[in-house]
Amino acid sequence: MSMQPVKFYQTGTFTVGNRLLAPEDRSVQSNMERTNSLNSGHRACQGCGEALGARYAIDAAMKATNRQLIAANATGCLEVFSTPYPESSWQIPWIHSLFGNTAAVATGIAAAIKVKKGKGQGGQHGDIRVVAQGGDGGTTDIGFGCLSGMFERNDDVLYICYDNEAYMNTGVQRSSATPPAARTATTMPVGEHPGNNFGQGKFVPAIAMAHGIPYVATATVADLRDLEHKVTKAMSFRGARYLHILVPCPLGWGTASHDTIRMARLAKETGLFPVFEAEYGEVVSSLPIRHRLPVEEYLRPQKRFAHLFGKTPAVATIARIQSMADKNIRKYGLRFTGGA
Amino acid sequence: MEKPFAITLNPGSSLANHTGSWRTERPVYVDRLPPCNQQCPAGEDIQGWLFHAESGDYETAWRHLTRDNPFPAIMGRVCYHTCEGACNRGKIDSPVGINSVERFLGDEALKQGWTFAPVSVNSGKRVLVVGAGPSGMSAAYHLRRLGHHVTVQDAGPFLGGMMRFGIPKYRLPRDVLEAEMQRIVALGVEVKLNSRVDNILESMKTGKFDAAFLAVGAHIGKRAYIPAGDTARIVDAISVLRSMEGEEKPMLGRRVIVYGGGNTAIDVARTAKRMGADPIIVYRRNREKAPAHDFEIEEALQEGVMVKWLSTIKQAGESSITIEKMVLDDKGFPQPTGEFETMEADSVVLALGQDVDLGLLDGVPGLEVADGVVKVAPNMMTGHPGIFAGGDMVPAERNVTVAIGHGKKAARHIDAWLRSATHEAPKKHEVATFERLNTWYYSDAPKTVQPMLDIIRRQSTFDEVQGGLDETNALFEARRCLSCGNCFECDNCYGVCPDNAVIKLGAGKRFEFNYDYCKGCGICAAECPCGAIVMEPEKL
Ligand SMILES: Cc1cc2nc3c(=O)[nH]c(=O)nc-3n(C[C@H](O)[C@H](O)[C@H](O)COP(=O)(O)OP(=O)(O)OC[C@H]3O[C@@H](n4cnc5c(N)ncnc54)[C@H](O)[C@@H]3O)c2cc1C
Ligand SMILES: Cc1ncc(C[n+]2csc(CCOP(=O)(O)OP(=O)(O)O)c2C)c(N)n1
Ligand code: SF4
Ligand code: SF4
Ligand SMILES: [Mg+2]
Repeated sequence: MSMQPVKFYQTGTFTVGNRLLAPEDRSVQSNMERTNSLNSGHRACQGCGEALGARYAIDAAMKATNRQLIAANATGCLEVFSTPYPESSWQIPWIHSLFGNTAAVATGIAAAIKVKKGKGQGGQHGDIRVVAQGGDGGTTDIGFGCLSGMFERNDDVLYICYDNEAYMNTGVQRSSATPPAARTATTMPVGEHPGNNFGQGKFVPAIAMAHGIPYVATATVADLRDLEHKVTKAMSFRGARYLHILVPCPLGWGTASHDTIRMARLAKETGLFPVFEAEYGEVVSSLPIRHRLPVEEYLRPQKRFAHLFGKTPAVATIARIQSMADKNIRKYGLRFTGGA
Repeated sequence: MEKPFAITLNPGSSLANHTGSWRTERPVYVDRLPPCNQQCPAGEDIQGWLFHAESGDYETAWRHLTRDNPFPAIMGRVCYHTCEGACNRGKIDSPVGINSVERFLGDEALKQGWTFAPVSVNSGKRVLVVGAGPSGMSAAYHLRRLGHHVTVQDAGPFLGGMMRFGIPKYRLPRDVLEAEMQRIVALGVEVKLNSRVDNILESMKTGKFDAAFLAVGAHIGKRAYIPAGDTARIVDAISVLRSMEGEEKPMLGRRVIVYGGGNTAIDVARTAKRMGADPIIVYRRNREKAPAHDFEIEEALQEGVMVKWLSTIKQAGESSITIEKMVLDDKGFPQPTGEFETMEADSVVLALGQDVDLGLLDGVPGLEVADGVVKVAPNMMTGHPGIFAGGDMVPAERNVTVAIGHGKKAARHIDAWLRSATHEAPKKHEVATFERLNTWYYSDAPKTVQPMLDIIRRQSTFDEVQGGLDETNALFEARRCLSCGNCFECDNCYGVCPDNAVIKLGAGKRFEFNYDYCKGCGICAAECPCGAIVMEPEKL
């Protein structure tokens, strides 16, 4: 092989676009022709990470499927803020399911497409593909049975969970994805163990992997290129696929509206949210931490953790959270590699 | 429209919902002044020309650069590049190698034969420029481009001033200097060499000039009183360096003592080394206090130049000198110790600074001279209407880049003055400080090192010491720029808006906000790498 001169692109793929990259190497979001699947005028809060993550993911899925896509959407902020009857922000075929059955509804759509295809009524522009999407409550709690069934049957659906770590739409109640110590409306910072308790945890990406489905990945709104890559890759598989995206919620987390992406970045850089992908139950790659940071950097700006930083800081609790991050770093190989 | 059972309303788009009304703050695109630009004494738009270099469009980069400074190849060799000291990237890893990219562009222009666009305007005004150093030639360039007839008159036989007769050729090869000078002449600037101006008012009158720009530099070597025997050979550094350009090389002998601690002392010592001598610099203070740049001292030491710090010359004899050791007092001033030492010496070269020869200004009414230099107003005009001055002969730091900056500034004011107007410099943008950047987005990349000539050739020849970057390295170096305070079309704002309220206008056209839908969350401003978006309170 001949020598390749070293090319350096200033911001590389950290930024959304990069005028120095060839157009085909640029992100979907940088494209003036992106679908804007979730259009302006939606009623999400200022700085909503879920609205951002949903547009990132669905625009990428639209590109990957040549715009042959149908989405089923569980109840939750994403559904409520986008589609107050009769208006909708969605610029794709989209159906609202119930809170807990979106995986099943998507399975049904996929089955119907299969039947139609058998009758010669498939898509004219290629195969029509299906995504299901919902919040963490709709996914890790009430929708969990339907989801597990969809995995187990290996239905041809990409399920996307937008994890903002609580039931935001109904006023920030705890879900099984709420982190320990976090304040929610139902886990107030009072008593001996303020905030959410340290349970056993319920990390659905790991549970999805245990089903041995073709593709499981995590992503955040802070790494657009990684997120788009994962959606695109997910669409290259058939069968059940699961994508879990961390989407900070300014309202529920008590963060400034301009800090949404920064919070997602800190979750990843501290190791608290591992970003990786797995095929058929095995981790195949992970996004390394670029500048490792202690968990305090992530916790401190969030009002839901304010009680940890009172007059006497909750040193022991912070240390427990730090050890969760350390464990992720070991388990998913997130070790700092000395720059990118 | 026929509606299904239980449906009463037609489907609508959320575009009907103008969420912009929620906003209490609005994002606004701004351009900020990058610290490099702010620092550049010649007023170059560094970030601006690096932007073009980043995409490999070197000719556009060169044209953008030469709007302000016509000498990139010279700059790339002799400018002290204080811009790099101000560069924000220095707070991440190391500053952008601005100077080395500038040199690459300058050299590329010479290689490709790029010339300035011909002048198409004619003001009918005549301006006399006295002195063909960097200041005079910079003024000539800008005045000519503004359509004036320019005559440059110089006492010496070549263009370039102190760049030709002071700065040694191992730092500034003469073909490079001459090529950048001739490119200005080619614009239609009239040049008269070997023609000293003895009386400025008379020259202006006989030549029918409407205005004059004086840039005669500072060429008279300062003397120090040193008791010396008849045979002691004491010369001044400026004469030594000047004679290097002539047929007869200076006779200094082997043991050359250079007296002084500035850049001139270093240059003359390094020159002596190259002629086979063993130069020793004698300086009354220490290395930290020496006015010479530390990198120049370092390069001299590498080449084998010796230095006696904290020493003064007490006496010079036929083949030796006596030096006295000094100590620095609490205030950092050198004080004698009474300890003496004798050193062998064939010659003593004084490098103690230069004075200005103001002979041509004798009898000009209104002029104000203080500390041997001519006072000028902020518009570079002397106390005599129509006579402007700049460079080493006015109160300012003495270096090539400052001189070039004076030339440009004076040209703009002369142009206005000739039209009986005043030139208002456009208001400067706020500075793009480091705190305004979001450095997460920049790839990690340490500075590229310029190649150096090997040490043997540095000690024995006048070949250029510092090499240039090749194309790959120059491109890499340009791309290290953070584009402080100026949109570089990374598309971040366009991507990160949860409300699609950023409109992308297409390559080179930047972006616009759609205030109908922008909720004012501020993510775009927070995630703009270069700090080109500000949040402003919404007026209610
Ligand atoms: C040894 C040495 C090394 C230096 N190295 C550097 C360096 O690396 N980087 C840097 O930035 N600066 C350096 N400098 C300083 C720099 O050279 C000067 O600051 C700069 O050249 C000043 O420019 P100028 O146009 O004001 O005057 P000059 O460059 O001195 O030019 C003045 C010109 O006016 C002409 N002249 C004088 N009197 C008359 C007259 N009566 N009629 C007609 N013509 C006249 C002279 O012949 C000369 O050509 C160095 C200086 C010296 C001495
Ligand atoms: C069966 C059922 N129970 C409760 C609700 C009320 N409800 C609507 S949205 C929601 C919370 C959604 O939380 P999550 O899935 O995490 O989505 P988020 O709003 O946080 O994005 C709840 C409890 C419902 N719609 N249906
Ligand atoms: S509550 Fe949170 S998730 Fe819901 S719209 Fe507001 S920011 Fe988005
Ligand atoms: S990073 Fe670029 S724009 Fe910023 S100070 Fe350095 S050279 Fe100038
Ligand atoms: Mg939720």
